[in-house]
Amino acid sequence: MVSLQVRQVYFSYLNGLVLHNINLFIKAGEMVGLIGPNGSGKTTLIKLASGVLKPKRGEIRLDGSSLSQLSRKSIARSVAVVPQQFHIPFAFTVNEVVTLGRIPFLKAFAGESKADSQLVANALELVGITELRERRFDELSGGERQKVILAMALAQQPKLLLLDEPIVHLDIAHQIEILELIRRLNVERGLTVIGAMHDLNLAALYFDRLVLLKEGRVSADGTPAQVLTETRIKEVFSASVRVEPHQVTGVPHIIIMPKENIDKSGSS
Amino acid sequence: MLIKLRRRNRLVLVLLLLGGGLVVALFLANAFGAVNVPLPDILKMALNRLAGFDFPSTWRAVDETIIFQIRLPRVISGALVGAALATAGVLFQGLLRNPMADPYIIGTSAGAALGATVAMMLPVNLVFLGFGLVPMAAFGGALVTVILVYNLARVGGKTPIISMLLAGFVVSSLLAAVMMFLMSISGRLNLNIHSVYSFLMGNISVTSWGQLAVIAPLVIGGIIGARFFAFHLNAFSLGEEGAAYLGIEVEKDKIRILALGSLLTAAAVSISGLVGFVGLVVPHAVRLSLGPDHRLLLPASALAGGGFLIIADLVARIILAPVEIPVGVITAIIGAPFFLYLLRRTRREYAF
Repeated sequence: MVSLQVRQVYFSYLNGLVLHNINLFIKAGEMVGLIGPNGSGKTTLIKLASGVLKPKRGEIRLDGSSLSQLSRKSIARSVAVVPQQFHIPFAFTVNEVVTLGRIPFLKAFAGESKADSQLVANALELVGITELRERRFDELSGGERQKVILAMALAQQPKLLLLDEPIVHLDIAHQIEILELIRRLNVERGLTVIGAMHDLNLAALYFDRLVLLKEGRVSADGTPAQVLTETRIKEVFSASVRVEPHQVTGVPHIIIMPKENIDKSGSS
Repeated sequence: MLIKLRRRNRLVLVLLLLGGGLVVALFLANAFGAVNVPLPDILKMALNRLAGFDFPSTWRAVDETIIFQIRLPRVISGALVGAALATAGVLFQGLLRNPMADPYIIGTSAGAALGATVAMMLPVNLVFLGFGLVPMAAFGGALVTVILVYNLARVGGKTPIISMLLAGFVVSSLLAAVMMFLMSISGRLNLNIHSVYSFLMGNISVTSWGQLAVIAPLVIGGIIGARFFAFHLNAFSLGEEGAAYLGIEVEKDKIRILALGSLLTAAAVSISGLVGFVGLVVPHAVRLSLGPDHRLLLPASALAGGGFLIIADLVARIILAPVEIPVGVITAIIGAPFFLYLLRRTRREYAF
């Protein structure tokens, strides 16, 4: 369980400013969703939080210690990242891929210990893919692969889990399954989770706190009900929607309002 | 059967089998050639020299000289070249995440070839550590080219893989053009075209133990050093970003792996010219039969590469004896069908 503090962070790629004065404090054990239009800086913020990108100005602190002071290895021992997808050009088995998650803890010439193998087995079990362990990673479906990557991240025993739109390529059953699992890890084990999310309804359902980014700035930060208002979505996404409370959970539920009248009743 | 064994036992078993194969290849390659010496005699000679045995010599003194002064250094160089190229192949394929990569992909071959060609033209007879100008120029040419390619591809503190491949291709083409230009005017330059061809096709040219004393530590050190990066290469399978998420210092380790692979390649080409196929096909074959985990892949490829090149060189020496065929021709002729067989037989193929 760690907290993450983002202080006055600016970031730009070669061709322009991407993040502008971002300030966020994410408490240990929180589950925070990053939402916003394409290009608003969600992925960049996740990469900054993982330490693979460095802020141009400002700093990011992981439980009080600045990321720029920590080695990659020590960051990898507490922070794991699940990206949209990994392409692996060689024919690793599922077990081998999940075992990659132990790399931050291994010494150069030593193999995995029994404890490492046990952690890998636990991660497979937790994600519910133990029966896939001898299958080849590249033969799996997209949803199964993403579960393997999640298991790999969990084998890292992270205290902070960063998700970069981890479910965009998946069908709805896999999306729900993965989000429920992450939610359970957050609730039961206090795992801090920060996830960039595309689907606003899923974000509202599974995340306690949402941070809305617009053109590299924080436009809103709060509970789903506070952030996902009709006017704000219209303003930030330039999309025409209606927001109603979810019939069961009461969180905001976004209903897309087509600009043109689409009549599919078949009465014409 | 291999899959069922525990990882460590499997590793030991595979390495023992391959190591045994290498030793058998070594003995076979010593027995045959322009003069055939019976295997039991070679075994006795070896035991006399290495283990302090005292078998009466049932062989001619000249045979012993042939074995220990001519054939053995050559066979051992073959093993070193094969092991170095196969290891470099694993390093480059793993780092570049490109199954089509080989040790020559970022310009080592073109650099070495141009270096060697220029050295052949120069009327200088320089000898350093037992090496003439040509192997030294090949070694230097390979390394200088890689350094050039790396720096050309470097932008803003990073060296993207794709830029490196492109820069490697462009620089290789340029150097090859210069070399072909020199060849085209060879008459005016006192350049022996046949020597250039011999270098380009690959020919193991070690003649003395003194040269081996320089090359062997370099290659063996490089192979042991490569094993240090097994985890890093496994992590690189996820791409550079994925490797970084697993705690790898991507840019630092990239330059270390490149340096190691280039050094191994340069050492190999300096004594053998451009032997093709070994660095491409051996890592593939080993990966297809044993899986992609670099902890096993690296040492297994080194042993398999060494054994393979010993056999290829033996065939090159005896098939049209006393004429020697370039060993590079044999590596391709043996390597290609074997590789095809593996590709079709195995179920652990690649995910392109």
